[in-house]
Amino acid sequence: MTTNYFDAIVVGSGISGGWAAKELTEKGLKVLLLERGRNIEHIKDYPNAFKEAWDYPHRDAPTQRMKKDYPVLSRDYPLNESTFGMWANEKESPYVEKKRFDWFRGYHMGGRSLLWGRQSYRLNERDFTANLEDGIAVDWPIRYSDLAPWYDYVERFAGIAGTREGLDVLPDGQYLPPVPLNVVEQSVAARIKKAYGGKRVMIHGRCANITQPKPEQNRVGCQYRSKCWLGCPFGGYFSTQSATLPVALKTGNLTVRPFSIVTRVLYDKNTKKASGVEIIDSETNQTYEFKSKIVFLNASAFNSTWVLMNSATDIWPDGLGSSSGALGHNVMDHHLNVGAWGQVEGFDDKYYSGRRPSGFYVPRFRNWGDDKRDYVRGFGYQGSASREGWRRDVAELAIGANLKDALTEPGGWTIGMGGFGEMLPDHSNRIFLDKTVKDKWGLPVLAMDVELKANELKMRKDMQQDAIDILKAAGVQNVQGYEGEYGPGMGIHEMGTARMGRDAKSSVLNGNNQVWDAPNVFVTDGAAMTSASCVNPSLTYMALTARAANFAVEALKKGEL
Amino acid sequence: MERRDLLKMIAAATGVAFVGAEAWAAGGASSAASEASVDFSAKDVQLLDDIAETILPATQTPGAKAAGCGAVMATFIRDCYEPAQQQLVKAGLVDIRALAKHQFNNDFLALTAAQKLTLLQALDTASKNASSGAAGNSSLSDSKRKQRDGAPHYFVLLKQLSIFTFFTSKVGGTQVLRYQAVPGHYNGDLPYKKGDRAWATGG
Repeated sequence: MTTNYFDAIVVGSGISGGWAAKELTEKGLKVLLLERGRNIEHIKDYPNAFKEAWDYPHRDAPTQRMKKDYPVLSRDYPLNESTFGMWANEKESPYVEKKRFDWFRGYHMGGRSLLWGRQSYRLNERDFTANLEDGIAVDWPIRYSDLAPWYDYVERFAGIAGTREGLDVLPDGQYLPPVPLNVVEQSVAARIKKAYGGKRVMIHGRCANITQPKPEQNRVGCQYRSKCWLGCPFGGYFSTQSATLPVALKTGNLTVRPFSIVTRVLYDKNTKKASGVEIIDSETNQTYEFKSKIVFLNASAFNSTWVLMNSATDIWPDGLGSSSGALGHNVMDHHLNVGAWGQVEGFDDKYYSGRRPSGFYVPRFRNWGDDKRDYVRGFGYQGSASREGWRRDVAELAIGANLKDALTEPGGWTIGMGGFGEMLPDHSNRIFLDKTVKDKWGLPVLAMDVELKANELKMRKDMQQDAIDILKAAGVQNVQGYEGEYGPGMGIHEMGTARMGRDAKSSVLNGNNQVWDAPNVFVTDGAAMTSASCVNPSLTYMALTARAANFAVEALKKGEL
Repeated sequence: MERRDLLKMIAAATGVAFVGAEAWAAGGASSAASEASVDFSAKDVQLLDDIAETILPATQTPGAKAAGCGAVMATFIRDCYEPAQQQLVKAGLVDIRALAKHQFNNDFLALTAAQKLTLLQALDTASKNASSGAAGNSSLSDSKRKQRDGAPHYFVLLKQLSIFTFFTSKVGGTQVLRYQAVPGHYNGDLPYKKGDRAWATGG
């Protein structure tokens, strides 16, 4: 058994792990970054970045073989030829579905930072007080003002395109020029503003794509190719590879170890702190121990929780942090796949060029201000307007030259939007270890027992009807609502299984993301979330991570950890 | 986010979900039923090429044959379709050959372009009549739609495949539609006049 010593160990290299590595190395700590999957180098390892549909044997569609090997991925859009191999192998790393749970995992360097949707919004002041006001779950131990400077900090570095709108429901941040709205979206936005007197608005989506170069990060900027998920050779969007990892490496303080599955945090019962982590090398099956002063768990919400469940079991049978009774509970996601779309007339003389990485956003308006519904919390919409392409059905045309000519031209304008709804923390929505099922390395796997409850189901009715109403109010024609299947996890926003709180009896983490039962262990990914808000969460993980890293280094300096 | 909703909206817009991207087969359990899949002979690929060319012929721009649609269609059916869907297409090719013999006393490949068009136009009409009952109400949820829809007419699949393989081909994308590999910008207010071509990829 080899032993190595570091100041800090970061478990996981995705959005939050990359930030932890950057912050800790910049502050002078010697850091070991552990990634369970293979290495992916920026630009060099983006083999599909310049491919088009015609470069794939099945034109980017999934084959039956792929569907058989990836039954979970095949439930939604991620299964395709262009990102194949960028999602966790479902045979090697199974999990148990007590109830349907769509778990889309990125087991490679950079994790889902390479594959994410890049929408970047701040939680608002009331998101942090809502649990307290509603008497739901536990109160956040921090408030918006605690996180606001860290939002500023991470936005400036990551590069977020957007506009300042002065809305209390969606606080403004530090923005690069926005990704433009097209002429139809601008027109619809103006009509919505008029129809609702500003109570419902359609604004530019805020996304982690840089609309101006960042030469200090060697990032050229967005080229409007809309191929973000293939890895961008232009550094157009924020990822571990494009942004945080290069900075961390440049300090000379970072050691990166891929193929390293962290099996547990090493807990010292005498000091009541962690002394490091144990890993299995996924290629050799060898076990190693690495020692450190602090540990950051950034393995994605469920896997950080899994590591805790496997740690210090000689003291707490259900794992480190389980003394709270909250470890693995309160699973949250954003529920989606419901909204409306319709046709927009009067713009046949307008088109666009370029392919955007983002569209528009309609911030939450339900249960806000004087609005009161028969459920709590709310939802936002994301969407876009475009002219239909060759996939449209041209019913009046048969086959032959006329059909070809018609499909060679763009069709009419359509506009559509889908809701992202807040899911409440609920103790009965949980994940737990199933020791009867093992992964390729003989490790117990997670079982998922999560479902939407009454509050979400009521909210979904509004999510469809409000979308219909808004589009109709804006003069959109032939408006139709839609609601597709949603399985928890489909939002790819897993949260809440090691929540922050105000006491060790009801939460796993304190207000600085320290595990109550091992204060030199920090969890700053989605597991830490006390409530979900309705906005995309990654920006909040970035801010929480930078804040916790700053706290950790200050505490180390004072000899407090 | 757009990626999330786009497919769903396309399915809603066309009524019939694109086969291969979203299975229509009731229960959807047939994927595990059979490992054996159909294969296509060189003659079959020629027939697929001719069918696609009839649906999307060379005009002032290249047609489906020049885009190599037949071979890609065969690959797509073999690898992406479920067994029941494969058999449906296979049976469709048999039917088209028989119709050629019956109507024109000739091999389909030997028919004139006009004869091919006549034959396939009739199938197109028949397929529209067959699916008009099932495909209409797009406000149905996915699961309800799946329950209600039976198997589509085989010509729906052949037409979908022809359109899909043609406009995703390099010939279709770059010589028939407009293509910009690296746009470098977004202009959301571009003047458009009737006849201007659509962009090859997304929007």
